[in-house]
Amino acid sequence: MNAPGAVRLLDVQGLRKHFPIRKGFLRRQVGVVRAVDDVSFHVERGETLSLVGESGCGKTTTSRCILRALTPTEGRILFHAASGQVLDVAALSKRELQPLRRQMQMIFQDPFSSLNPRRTLLDIVAEPLVANGVGSKQERLDRVVELLRLVGLRPEYMRRYPHAFSGGQRQRVGIARALALNPSLVVADEPVSALDVSVQAQILNLMQDLQDQLGLTYLFVAHDLSVVRLVSDRVAVMYVGRIVELASTEALFATPKHPYTEALLAAVPKPDPRLRGERLLLEGEVADPSNPPPGCHFHPRCPYATEQCRTETPALQEIAPGHAVSCHRAQELSLRGVAG
Amino acid sequence: MPRPILEVRDLRTYFSPEEGTVRAVDGAHLDVYPRRTLGIVGESGCGKSVTARSILRIVERPGRIVSGSILLRRDGDETGVDLTKLDPDGKEMRRIRGADIALIFQEPMTSFSPVHTIGNQIVETVRLHQGVGKREARDRAVAALRLVGVPSPERRVDEYAFQLSGGLRQRAMIALALSCSPRILIADEPTTALDVTTQAQILALLADLQRREGMAIILITHNLGVVAEMCDEVAVMYLGRVVEQGPVDAIFHDPQHPYTRALLRSMPSIKARVRSRLPVIEGSIPHPYNRPAGCPFHPRCPDFMPGRCDQIEPPSQSVGAGHDAACFLYGESAP
Repeated sequence: MNAPGAVRLLDVQGLRKHFPIRKGFLRRQVGVVRAVDDVSFHVERGETLSLVGESGCGKTTTSRCILRALTPTEGRILFHAASGQVLDVAALSKRELQPLRRQMQMIFQDPFSSLNPRRTLLDIVAEPLVANGVGSKQERLDRVVELLRLVGLRPEYMRRYPHAFSGGQRQRVGIARALALNPSLVVADEPVSALDVSVQAQILNLMQDLQDQLGLTYLFVAHDLSVVRLVSDRVAVMYVGRIVELASTEALFATPKHPYTEALLAAVPKPDPRLRGERLLLEGEVADPSNPPPGCHFHPRCPYATEQCRTETPALQEIAPGHAVSCHRAQELSLRGVAG
Repeated sequence: MPRPILEVRDLRTYFSPEEGTVRAVDGAHLDVYPRRTLGIVGESGCGKSVTARSILRIVERPGRIVSGSILLRRDGDETGVDLTKLDPDGKEMRRIRGADIALIFQEPMTSFSPVHTIGNQIVETVRLHQGVGKREARDRAVAALRLVGVPSPERRVDEYAFQLSGGLRQRAMIALALSCSPRILIADEPTTALDVTTQAQILALLADLQRREGMAIILITHNLGVVAEMCDEVAVMYLGRVVEQGPVDAIFHDPQHPYTRALLRSMPSIKARVRSRLPVIEGSIPHPYNRPAGCPFHPRCPDFMPGRCDQIEPPSQSVGAGHDAACFLYGESAP
């Protein structure tokens, strides 16, 4: 929220990422996938903002653009660096980006493919330090010991290889590596979706503890709304490349204002057999981002759609402090949320 | 309640590569009833998928069924057939697969052939099991696709798996599985690879088909929400053992085994407090080669009783109507 004293870390303005579709011998461009299509939001220091949505909604592409693993087609990504400078990540050259990369790190989804099986934990966790020329060999070793302790692993294990560890322990190694350079922003793309339920809880708790201890800011990319509810301060719901709703976690779950958010919440299976059957089923499938429907992208599946929704694209508008929705009927609809 | 259509008794399926023995399924006990859904839940390595594969006799080498019985009772057949006694590649087992027991997989992309159309694959199954002509089989394929809600099935029947979206592919998979009207449908993580709105559609479809066709469903999943939504009975597995089994309401509202309780508590809920911490199960699932002695859960169990849980495997005890738990906290052996 725009609470007094809140300091911005990241400002994303009008972000677009289009991928060309090429065909034929001449690789002529025949179309474009609008993976991210005019997305704007900001992230405050120390908070967790979640991007949620179903596959193809653009949540991962958005996070990759912020890390400049992808170069955006359009838009600005303003990063408020520790030095007080404000830099546009989208416009910097590769060389200018280098110092900034230390402040932005990533936690990956799959702890099995994101760790090099031929390197020890020491090598893996020290890698970012080596790459950035931080410290002497002994200092790096001390730092690795400290980091492993921080994520709840025993430093004695640092000369072992990843195969000796379980999925949860490997994810801890991935977290230690991400924290090696004291980043201010950590992008976590589905960090627990490859883990077992009992291990998921451990990693989610660890991430929250680290946030409190180190003042980290998380951009959390996930599809599981139960996980999102547990860790986020604010949530942005995406659908076919656009943000359809952005609000504080409480508000989004209790009083959703976009029909898609309502449908997403209703589709989550509730872990209680006594709550069976009160399900609102969404018809059809997610639209194709290379050929999205006109007007509101959600209208073909929306039970509340009117003529206006078929032709006019709704803008993302703030309807209450900190609660933005892109729906023509946001004010009149009363949608069902999930009580706490 | 009618007699179970499938009875699994003391099933043990071991994998014995050179490095040692993995007891993937170690004494599973399950009853499957017509028109009802049995959920098998557990985390990775608990043996839920191997149990399903054992029932279909498609366990891959070096795995094999070491002991136990799997009794299939078909219509009008009182004594039933013990599937463990059949040759896995024999004629009878091949007839049972598909015609009596069908399987749908987690990843519909890899379970369809990429070089045959969806229709071809359904037609092949139908002709093999029901001995009907080409024309008739194609009509049945179209009808099966229509039944599972594939739009314009006359056109889709000639498409390849890669031309369909994830949700449609899973529907086509279900159409293929149901094309010979099996009595038992085994669904192994049928919605894990799907988005939530598609998952909700597929679950509703399965429930609807069960109402219409009356088959039994064995639903294998790690998702407790899906279990609560779909199942009548639930078996909770941990490291090859069924640790608790009972009616779905009892499992969720009156769980008895410490593992079931811990699993339910550690699950992120959509109704949880925002920005809160979860109670966790300490430690991690042991590697199958280092299976703890006694109760496999004892190293992580809050109710661990030294000298007992780490020495003897607890037998299954009745803890309520149709509700069993394998734990020393209950029964005659209770402290």
